[in-house]
Amino acid sequence: MESIEKEKKSVDKVWSFFSSIKLAVVVFTLISLTSIVGTIVEQDAEPEKNIKLLTKFFGSSAPDAFRVLDALGFTNMFHSWWFVTFLFVFAANLIICSLDRLPGILKLVKTPIRPLAASGFSSMQIKRETVIKGKADKVVPLLESAIKSAGYTPAISNEAEGTQLCAEKGRYSRLGVYVTHFSILLIFAGAIIGIFGGFNASLNLLEGTESSVAFGRNGKEIPLGFSIACEDFDVLYYENSDTPKSFRSKLLIFENGKPVKIDGKEVTDIEVNTPLKYKGITFYQSSYGFSPNKDSEFRLGLMSRDGKREDVRIKFGGTFVIPGTNVVGKVLDFSPAIGVDPSGKLYTYAEQMHNPAVLIEFSENGKPKYTQWLLKRFPNTWAVADGVVEFKDLWGAQYTGLQVRKDPGVWVVYLGCLIMAVGLYAAFFMSHSKIWVLVREEKNNTRVFVAATANKNRVSLEGKIDRLMKTVGDKQ
Amino acid sequence: MDSSQFFGISSIAYILAMVTYIAYLVFRNSTVGLVATTITTVGFVAQTLAFFMRGKEFYDLAQLGSILRAIPLTNLYESLVFFVWCIILGYLLIEWKYKNRSFGAFITPIAGMVLAFIDISGMDKNIHPLIPALQSNWLLAHVTMSFLAYAAFAISFATAVMFLAVSSEDEKSWPYITWTVTLGVFIAVLVAMGIDFLVFKVGAHSTESLVKSHLFKASFRNGAMPVALFSYLALAGFIFAVWKYGKVLKRIIESFEISQDMLDELVYKSIAVGFPVFTLGGLIFGAIWADQAWGKYWSWDPKETWSLITWFVYAFFLHARFLKGWRGNKIAAVSVLGFVSTIFTYLGVNLLLSGLHSYGGG
Repeated sequence: MESIEKEKKSVDKVWSFFSSIKLAVVVFTLISLTSIVGTIVEQDAEPEKNIKLLTKFFGSSAPDAFRVLDALGFTNMFHSWWFVTFLFVFAANLIICSLDRLPGILKLVKTPIRPLAASGFSSMQIKRETVIKGKADKVVPLLESAIKSAGYTPAISNEAEGTQLCAEKGRYSRLGVYVTHFSILLIFAGAIIGIFGGFNASLNLLEGTESSVAFGRNGKEIPLGFSIACEDFDVLYYENSDTPKSFRSKLLIFENGKPVKIDGKEVTDIEVNTPLKYKGITFYQSSYGFSPNKDSEFRLGLMSRDGKREDVRIKFGGTFVIPGTNVVGKVLDFSPAIGVDPSGKLYTYAEQMHNPAVLIEFSENGKPKYTQWLLKRFPNTWAVADGVVEFKDLWGAQYTGLQVRKDPGVWVVYLGCLIMAVGLYAAFFMSHSKIWVLVREEKNNTRVFVAATANKNRVSLEGKIDRLMKTVGDKQ
Repeated sequence: MDSSQFFGISSIAYILAMVTYIAYLVFRNSTVGLVATTITTVGFVAQTLAFFMRGKEFYDLAQLGSILRAIPLTNLYESLVFFVWCIILGYLLIEWKYKNRSFGAFITPIAGMVLAFIDISGMDKNIHPLIPALQSNWLLAHVTMSFLAYAAFAISFATAVMFLAVSSEDEKSWPYITWTVTLGVFIAVLVAMGIDFLVFKVGAHSTESLVKSHLFKASFRNGAMPVALFSYLALAGFIFAVWKYGKVLKRIIESFEISQDMLDELVYKSIAVGFPVFTLGGLIFGAIWADQAWGKYWSWDPKETWSLITWFVYAFFLHARFLKGWRGNKIAAVSVLGFVSTIFTYLGVNLLLSGLHSYGGG
């Protein structure tokens, strides 16, 4: 017996520890303060970056300070065991706090409004009193319709002190707080499902290549179950500026070596805000890069002066002939971002393909005639003496950086968000209001007592009651 | 007429309104009060029109194909202007609901000062097309709701400081020290930032790195030791002056006949509006958008983390009020703390920390 008692006591202790608001405050504070540190110390970054930052605070002992922070997990703190523990304690606190208060609230929510004892009328937040001419049986329907037009459905009962009408609205809004708490737990659950059932990875795909794996943290290979190929990557710019308008990858999915149709198409375009989803795995456009190699090819559209057209693909140092002529073009030089400095000299101003340009030497019968720079973004540079050479693309030189994610818990998180919106609406914008009206006959008149209460927005209820009194007063 | 002319009209209107509201407090003439309200409303309507016109100009420039994406809320200039709009909206609602014009003399100077600051600093006002990450239909909901919440928190903060001022008498009591030091630091920081902008014209460059390397460089972080030292001494002196003469301000506020109960209610009500809007628009819509754009609904990016900290502070505010029955000084102090966190979420993160949310600094 004694041991059971003891056990019960210790269970009670644990329960009251987890349900205390003090614990909530401590956990809130711990999460907030450590998070502040986590936003200052750059997370998951190269040590040099943080040591440089710490030098501002600790001077020459910054490397030691860094070692201490690193050992304590602050350099990747949002995934450290102790931060995750804080989050779990927060969840436990939320669960037990809610369970602690829920029975009382449920009882309150389940019990409909009851007539109020006459003595109770004087102790309510909102109270009014008036005298109306005529008998009670005439006044009661008047009151009933007035309460109805205020948006309430009154119940009429005969009490010792006289006829009473009582009505309430928004009883279930009292659950709003608990719905909100529950939604937070649901979001937590969704996050846990995502962590254990999914993955976060990245993948760089050079134009014209494919891969059946993505790379997780520390370069771990994660098989996709199919393979994905990048046909083309392109950056579109706003006119006359280097502000990118769109990053676009053309992607293909292959299963068992055969291309798969998605929405009826083999090639899917993705952009920053429009990812590609296939078999629970989502591919997001997240970065790009320039990495020219021996397989990169210049794609040119040729047109002679008498309108003969031909498309050619050549590699660096390769040659082509303008159709219908003896003019041979040869790629001499390439710049991913060509610019002109104030003295008129050409130079390369970026390592990405911001303004790609190709230098072509034209010769006829083995004799060099002229050289010309063709700029991909500026069609007016494509006209040459013997026709038009359209610089379409340097293909196979850019890679697309994809964020690859599988998260089976995301729908739980979304559901949690939806429920949270509902809970917050109930908690902040709805109130539980109650109205009691006691009708007492006095000779030829009827005395009416009105009492009302609301757990929120009392001012608006008071206005309603005043309008109600006015309606009844006018109608008599 | 284009949007900048309407913005000009609204700037002038807010500054005129400021003068009229102060005249109203001095003369207590209801006609003057009505004129003040009319001028503010005209300014507000002009700014609303300007906002839509800028949206149209933006839409024509960027050709984004979706009207939802054409909201001019993509850099520091536009967000400050929108912040002013939200504050004036909040103020007009309070005036209408409480039939009290006294706050006008506090709120319109803030609006006027922000707009004047934008002009003096030579901040970049040009319309820039949207970078790919911002091209989403969630931009509208996420950004406007976040700003509405920030403005609600700002109103709560202003009323909380006023509450502390009205309720405290003893110069050595913590509520008195809290409000005077907060106000002192607040004004000093604004002045220091203003000096930075004037000295370096950083706004004209419109890049985040410039703001980063110039913040407080004209004062606290100046390379010349004497200047920095003098700045700190000036700060201390200024805070001391506010502390010493805070009672003068207290008398002024008291003469506006604003009751403590009304202030206490406004401190809470602004948060009761701001908190759900912030949760839904700032955190939830932000998470959904992040999920679509980056493939992660939550990545502990500094902006996200600071939003969460702010959210915790206001959640604490609500629990303290409802479960522990906190009222008055204590709850006002929590509101002040909440707004400090809000400011850091809005500006500090963009200016001081690096992360994915680096659009607002330009």
